[in-house]
Amino acid sequence: MSRFLRMIFILMGKDLLIEWRTFARTNALIFFSIATLLMFSFALGANIVALRQHAAGYLWMAMLFASVLSLGESFRIEHENNSIDGLRLAPADPRALFVGKALGNTVLLVGLGLVLSPLSIALFDLKMVMSFWSLLAIIGIGAMAISAAGTFYAAVAANARARDVLLPVLLFPVLVPVLIAAVKATTLVFEGDAMDQMPSWLTMLGTLNLVYWSMGFVLFPRIMEDL
Amino acid sequence: MPVWLPLALLLVPVGTLITMLVRVIRGQPSILNRFWPVLAGQGVLMIISGGYLGLVWAPPERDMGDVYRIIYAHVPQVWMALLAMTFNFCCSLLYLFRKNLKTDALAEASAEVGLYFGAVGVTLGAIWARPTWGVFWTWDPRLTSAAVMLVYYAGYLAARRFIDNADSRGTISAVLGVFGITIPVTVYFSVVWMRSLHQTQSTPKTVDPMMVISLRWSATAFLCLLIVFMFHRYRIAMARLKSEVAQPESLPSAMPGVPS
Repeated sequence: MSRFLRMIFILMGKDLLIEWRTFARTNALIFFSIATLLMFSFALGANIVALRQHAAGYLWMAMLFASVLSLGESFRIEHENNSIDGLRLAPADPRALFVGKALGNTVLLVGLGLVLSPLSIALFDLKMVMSFWSLLAIIGIGAMAISAAGTFYAAVAANARARDVLLPVLLFPVLVPVLIAAVKATTLVFEGDAMDQMPSWLTMLGTLNLVYWSMGFVLFPRIMEDL
Repeated sequence: MPVWLPLALLLVPVGTLITMLVRVIRGQPSILNRFWPVLAGQGVLMIISGGYLGLVWAPPERDMGDVYRIIYAHVPQVWMALLAMTFNFCCSLLYLFRKNLKTDALAEASAEVGLYFGAVGVTLGAIWARPTWGVFWTWDPRLTSAAVMLVYYAGYLAARRFIDNADSRGTISAVLGVFGITIPVTVYFSVVWMRSLHQTQSTPKTVDPMMVISLRWSATAFLCLLIVFMFHRYRIAMARLKSEVAQPESLPSAMPGVPS
């Protein structure tokens, strides 16, 4: 088991090291999602009340759009120079590859959330009713769910011809419950939790995480055979 | 009419379905090759008689009056969609355990026919919602999850078109089909987990026996049609797979539906 865990950390470290050396993906993600946030406010007009009301939704939509770019990229770098074959030949468990890649994507998404949340607090004039740590926890759990399902579907889409079209078409329907729960929970952070709904939304996010991670864990080796 | 009569008629399609699956696993030719006109005939006859049962014979509903009669089309269609998606899950799981292009073709057929039934069922539901709820569409959990299901299986079929290699297409779509079963399950239980506008499942105890018979009658009719549709879609998928595997370069690239 410890060997499996070590494999996960090596694979995750490899992905993060590639990112650390160029920062290409991170830079693109941050500016893309900031542009998305601004676009939402332009689309709605300068109605600060409406913007404040839906801010959590914009934050998560920006995260979701950015995650699609990031996930597609995380498998594109493997296809460059056919390094995916190297990964397959290395004595690495494909399940460890799934967990490692998904955790690497989670780290990137949480980093993105840390950049975006203060920005949206400033842009949409939000007040933090609950602590910063609860917001961080929600971003973390939500990002984990997005990355687990996303890594799985990015590997699926990497086989197809129109992979950039296919990834969102397959991924977004699956992520609808994550989006609903994460947006509701984030709204509670900004507007207060008078009815004590937070535990039920967090339970929903946790359950979804469990489903996505276990499904990916079981099914990912099958995709790797064909990648 | 006795309540069990539609259930007895149900034995024909259900038996056919089970036999078909068993024979596909064993590698024997499908019994539907010769048997399908019987099922199609039963389906058409039962749809016509079911129209009489639902529109004339069954009593009007207490609150909705005659408007409710769309139930005899709406509910069976969505049932068939959920059934086809479950069948798709079974075929996908089978494919993962034992690679067999026949189960792959069955999975494709069930997803496409299920998508058709689901789309018609949701549309009928929207037509029913207008007089009873006052709107065509509302963001009720049942409606939302049904819409998500339609989008997901449309994506599943799109993914199949985008992968050229028959072998990896089978594996990938089987994985997608296994992952996708979470959505039909959510659709079915959404009314229980999150109580909202759409009613929960009725039981035969709470409705008039004549309504139960009519609903089961039309469900049996739609099941016959579902199997016939799926069988023909399966034959198309098999023919396409055969031509693809045998001589991939001889396929005209402009042929509709064939991935180029």
